[in-house]
Amino acid sequence: MRDRAAIVFGLSLLVCAAIPLFGDNGERQLGLEFAATLTLATLWNLLAGYAGVISIGQQAYVGLGGYVLFALTVFAGMPVLAALPLAAAACGLIAMPAGRLLFRLRGPHFAIGTWVLAEVFRLSAAQVSALGGGSGMSLPIMSILAISHSRPQRLLDFYLLSAALALATSAAVAVLLRSRFGLGLTAIRDAEAAAASLGVDVMALKWIVYVITAALTGLTGALLFLQNVRISPDAAFSVNDWTANVIFIVVIGGIGRPAGPLIGCLVFFAFRAAFAGYGAWYLIGLGGLAIAMMLLQPQGIVGFVEAAWRRRAPARAGV
Amino acid sequence: MSLLETKKLDAFYGDFQALFGIDMHIARAEVIGLIGANGAGKTTLLRALTGLLPAVSHSILFGGQPIGGSRAEALVKRGIAMVPEGRKLFASLSVEENLKLGAATGRHGVWTLDRVYGLFPVLAEKRTAYATTLSGGQQQMVAIGRALMSNPTLLLCDEISLGLAPVVVADVYRALPAIRAAGTGIIVVEQDIGQVLRVADRLYCLREGRVVLQGPAQGMNRQEIAAAYFGAAA
Amino acid sequence: MIGALDIVVQGLLVGGFYALFATGLSLIFGVMRLVNLAHGDVIVLGAFAALFLVQQTGVQPLLCVVLVVPLMAGLGYLLQRAILNRTLGANILPPLLVTFGLSIVIQNGLLLGFSADSQKLPMGHLTIVSVSLLPGLNVGLYPLGVLILAALVIGGLQMFLYRTALGTALRGTSDDPVTIRLMGIDNRHIFGIATALSFAVAGLAGVLMGGYGNFSPAAGPQNLLFGFEAIIIGGLGNLWGTLLGGMILGVAQAIGADIDPGYQVLAGHIAFLAILLAAPRGLFPRMA
Repeated sequence: MRDRAAIVFGLSLLVCAAIPLFGDNGERQLGLEFAATLTLATLWNLLAGYAGVISIGQQAYVGLGGYVLFALTVFAGMPVLAALPLAAAACGLIAMPAGRLLFRLRGPHFAIGTWVLAEVFRLSAAQVSALGGGSGMSLPIMSILAISHSRPQRLLDFYLLSAALALATSAAVAVLLRSRFGLGLTAIRDAEAAAASLGVDVMALKWIVYVITAALTGLTGALLFLQNVRISPDAAFSVNDWTANVIFIVVIGGIGRPAGPLIGCLVFFAFRAAFAGYGAWYLIGLGGLAIAMMLLQPQGIVGFVEAAWRRRAPARAGV
Repeated sequence: MSLLETKKLDAFYGDFQALFGIDMHIARAEVIGLIGANGAGKTTLLRALTGLLPAVSHSILFGGQPIGGSRAEALVKRGIAMVPEGRKLFASLSVEENLKLGAATGRHGVWTLDRVYGLFPVLAEKRTAYATTLSGGQQQMVAIGRALMSNPTLLLCDEISLGLAPVVVADVYRALPAIRAAGTGIIVVEQDIGQVLRVADRLYCLREGRVVLQGPAQGMNRQEIAAAYFGAAA
Repeated sequence: MIGALDIVVQGLLVGGFYALFATGLSLIFGVMRLVNLAHGDVIVLGAFAALFLVQQTGVQPLLCVVLVVPLMAGLGYLLQRAILNRTLGANILPPLLVTFGLSIVIQNGLLLGFSADSQKLPMGHLTIVSVSLLPGLNVGLYPLGVLILAALVIGGLQMFLYRTALGTALRGTSDDPVTIRLMGIDNRHIFGIATALSFAVAGLAGVLMGGYGNFSPAAGPQNLLFGFEAIIIGGLGNLWGTLLGGMILGVAQAIGADIDPGYQVLAGHIAFLAILLAAPRGLFPRMA
């Protein structure tokens, strides 16, 4: 029963994933956005749900990745696709000292600290006139055309890239969690003090996860703004777009659960499609839903379903 | 009528059952010894009595009234006070502040700040010191004094000799008669059997959440106790 | 020379606002280790509450404090008892996420009620009266008043915490919220009191800030960050340190603003990060 449900779910997912391949520009745009959001959610889930590192400043790397890509393309004349991995590397490199510094703060203070960092990036970007200052900058036409002369083709390419990134990230996280490194992470999540007493270097693990997440978040940001063709400080480093939504997704889906980000994304996009027209009411609803979820069902939808399944079929010997 | 009585008291930590049908009672001014190996359920029983652990309402009767499952704050106001295991003094408060907090319920009785200092003179000298700068024995005195400040009719003492030198333990236990003289019933949880036999009127021995031995302390012999304690076949 | 002194003085004066922002945040964290991510929005809520009163009754904005402060206190108590108490525990995630959600709800609620426009409480000349100590060195009486008020509020809180039974109960609860119940004190109620106090100070800060600078529904997060920075600079667990931290933050911002207005807030953040690097526990930490 459980296996059949998983197969049906997997197939429907494949079908949905294929739609943008044959659909119109709007669907490709949506597909791209979904894949990018899924990647961001998977990464935040890894950070918060597994490593126990709560960051409300990941937008720092979304924006940094975007700006590095734009800078390399515009000032170094680099082809866009070559600039992507460099943007990721730049974010990883910056995250190394940044993480060291911020980890001097604990728990909730660390969280706010990450937000301060994002603000530093945002305000700095707005001060650099070469980057367009407060109003931002655009990618040169030549670089865009170099990808493809047809917009539908470009959107398709971007969609494939972001879908590949989402898939790769999910796969990488799954592999990571099964490795020795991943075991250490799960130990930290479940009982940090006990893990430390067993010789798990808690701070080192957290730092490594922070850096890796930053790099991949940067890559996602670079892809997002590449597709957008335009970047500005407020859009690049927006708390609401890159953190609030992601947090909502992971909380609703199920923190620390492998399927959490995917379920959360599906719910979020459906919710948004249905209610975004209500403006501020929609956001109030979103916030209220997240609060209710945290209070009543902290394990999210995945946790709820898992518990229901367990009640239906109590432990079967040998399974 | 007993001061406190339990009837088939069960207690759980989540799904894990820690107490099975405990029946016990204590009268005014009586001293009850509660002994048993680690994990037998002694602290669990005290926590159920003080409301820190949920219990079925009628399984605990205080002055004839069902109190099982009441909140701890309410029970202190009714006259049940506990000296918790490990003392649990408030680390950022002074000795006097710790004692005064004990009087927060506003219950009236013989125990005032002066009276507590009279019982434990060394504390009077250290009244402004941070509670945690005191020696183990002195901290234990603060913990007992703090519980007394609520003028309880039932005092629960959880392992008050833990970590203390025998001389110090004697000092601490010297306070018991004065407490009892005020009419307070005392339940003493102890690892030191000899100490318990010296101060208690009656004894209950727990093993794996059940009462396995009970009776007047006078009549008990060490072998009986050891057998009940460790569960060795007689 | 006078120019430099003037910058420092302006910065010190602004510190009073930041200290008020921080005090409420510090109180809640001190008593229950909870960081209220919606704290900045609560401050803005106070400003909007005053704005509403002014719009409806035309009363002098500063007088709104009389109504806003107790209202906010009540709101804080209710919020803590109804929602935030359920998030407390070993896991730091629930309080962070719930208060984050709360922040979004408050911001958008204010948006619905008042529009996104920038607002200011009409206090007229009160906020620009200044005294000239030396030519080129002006001291605004309003920010000076706020600074003095911040010191009074902190002093008052210290007296409350150290000289009253309820204050001692708060400090005891902060040490051990379980054992406090053995004193006959309901920790749920104590947490409510702490949040009520926090909201009261936040409401006061909102009204005072609302007359001096602009505010809008989206202005909350900025206030949270400033308050947080003042706390970390000054040292955790030390309210007087927070006052100093606020003043240092103000001076850093003033120096930044002098170089270029766009650098004002950025300079504050950088000063914060620099102090975090050099003195991770702040300048006068008191908490373990």
